[in-house]
Amino acid sequence: MAAFLARRLGQAVLIVAGITLITFLLMYLIPADPARMIAGRNAPQSTVESIRQQLGLDRPIVEQYLIYLSNLLQGDLGRSYMQRTEVGELLWSRLPATLELMAGGIFFELLIGIPAGLAAAAYRGRLPDRVIMVAAFVGVSAPQFLVGILLLYVFAVELDWLPLRGYGGLDNLLLPALTLGILGGGWYARMMRSSMVDVLRRDYIRTARAKGAGAGRILVVHGLRNAILPIVAMIGLDIGIFMSGVVVVESVFGWPGIGQLAWQAIQRLDIPIIMGVTLIAALAIVLGNLLADMVAPLIDPRIRLRA
Amino acid sequence: MSRLSVEELTVGFNTDHGPVDVVEGVSFALDSGAMLGLVGESGCGKSVTAMAVMRLLATPPARIAGGRVLLDGVDLLRLSEAQMRRVRGDRIGMIFQEPMTSLNPTYTVGSQLVEAIRLHRPVGRREAWAQAGALLEQVGIGAVRRRLGQYPHELSGGLRQRVMIAMAIACSPAVVIADEPTTALDVTIQAQIMELLDALRREKGMGLLLITHDLGLVARYCDSVIVMYAGRIVERAPVKTLFAAPRHPYTHGLLASIPRLGRQQERLPSIRGMVPSPGLRGAGCAFADRCDRAVAACRAEVPPLGPADSDHGFACWNPLP
Repeated sequence: MAAFLARRLGQAVLIVAGITLITFLLMYLIPADPARMIAGRNAPQSTVESIRQQLGLDRPIVEQYLIYLSNLLQGDLGRSYMQRTEVGELLWSRLPATLELMAGGIFFELLIGIPAGLAAAAYRGRLPDRVIMVAAFVGVSAPQFLVGILLLYVFAVELDWLPLRGYGGLDNLLLPALTLGILGGGWYARMMRSSMVDVLRRDYIRTARAKGAGAGRILVVHGLRNAILPIVAMIGLDIGIFMSGVVVVESVFGWPGIGQLAWQAIQRLDIPIIMGVTLIAALAIVLGNLLADMVAPLIDPRIRLRA
Repeated sequence: MSRLSVEELTVGFNTDHGPVDVVEGVSFALDSGAMLGLVGESGCGKSVTAMAVMRLLATPPARIAGGRVLLDGVDLLRLSEAQMRRVRGDRIGMIFQEPMTSLNPTYTVGSQLVEAIRLHRPVGRREAWAQAGALLEQVGIGAVRRRLGQYPHELSGGLRQRVMIAMAIACSPAVVIADEPTTALDVTIQAQIMELLDALRREKGMGLLLITHDLGLVARYCDSVIVMYAGRIVERAPVKTLFAAPRHPYTHGLLASIPRLGRQQERLPSIRGMVPSPGLRGAGCAFADRCDRAVAACRAEVPPLGPADSDHGFACWNPLP
């Protein structure tokens, strides 16, 4: 276990270092000049040059990267070009909203996806299966903004049960989380179905039936535990995906998450923020996967964590 | 009186080429404490027969087209699924061929045994765990406390099959169906498992239906035997009678293909040809094309199983003397 964790954390460091390098190079390759953007279109060239110097953008790219890395190792993510705020602080302030939305989104994905997938597998090839799979397909392919606006219209405007926009209480969280749940639930349903269909063919399912277990018990007790691992892996991925922000849903619902921060930073070429968000996303993906891998042996005793 | 009596059971499957009967008019009876061998090559319908008795076939594609399966006089084929569920595991236990894959890998041996008990008996957890321990002892597993907490992958094949047996007898069923229970095991373990099954059926008075292609096992443990070929019973007899004087050429061929010590043979006799696929069987006896004794009648009409008044029945127009 300790060896496993040490190895995986070592991998995580390498992955994060690689990600920062790639992002850094991409920023360098973009044919736009952050110094010019800060100074403004009409500012004289001398102002632009002094800003460039101030930000260290005049130094060679390798040197810039090494400076960034050495700051990073001291926990300094740099300052935003535009707001002059520390990137670490900016990210930190967005973290609660992002985590809330992540938890809510994954909650609804599971709440929708798992029962739907189980039902589809249980009725494989019959009407409920087809209806669920079509619904899952629609959910997966529907645009985020459409589902979000639709939910807003129904529950906030027409029924007036929930607030229109904003952040704070659980009532604010409900609609954006449900939007993510509907969109992602389709993936979960499909994954759950195919995994369960496979499990239902196994010999031990036949044994369970021969023991006199009913259909529901076979599905939930004997099937689910054997079929759930791909779902756990998907949750691990979703942790990474949601951590880097869900731009559209955050915009529709006015949700102050990392996605909005990233979007604004990209528009303004605020490289330190972009780097920071990328870093967080990479870390979250690594940690999400690590979490999924560590949960797996608790579900299937045959799985051992190996360094 | 027979505990289990199967009468004229016919099972069909819907295939891409239309419906095909894979078990046709199979009848047999199983008494308390008796061991009946059901023998035949792969694909002869012996497992399908067992699965049909348990009503474990997926319908569709399978379809029980006719017959009765009487357990203590009650026709299982007429029960609702909920009623049938109370029969499975309680009145009829089943043991499968693959001990490696037949136990749920994500639950401990103990919890799977406890489930088998509690599905049919209103006992508390603590009592069920005690019973599970006793069951393991009955099937010859020591260090019960430790074994109950282990997962299937931590056990050897032989131990797993013992656990399967413990599960099958958990509710003291009237009948146990063992579908190739030793095929996947080492020879030495095979003997242990068969001795265990033999002892249990005598002690508990369970009727045991042993499905196998191993005639050696049948000779040693069974009281009587039925031989299936291409979905039909071709011969049924007490074991001694069948081995001493088989009447059906197929049975004769099966017996001749068993290697024997002390007999110098250049080559083991085998039955030429292959079992015809269901759906490709002609009008007459399904064995006719492989049979040296085939006469004109064999290709014209399926021979009936008879004589009815004898305990030795065979379905052949030109039986061995």
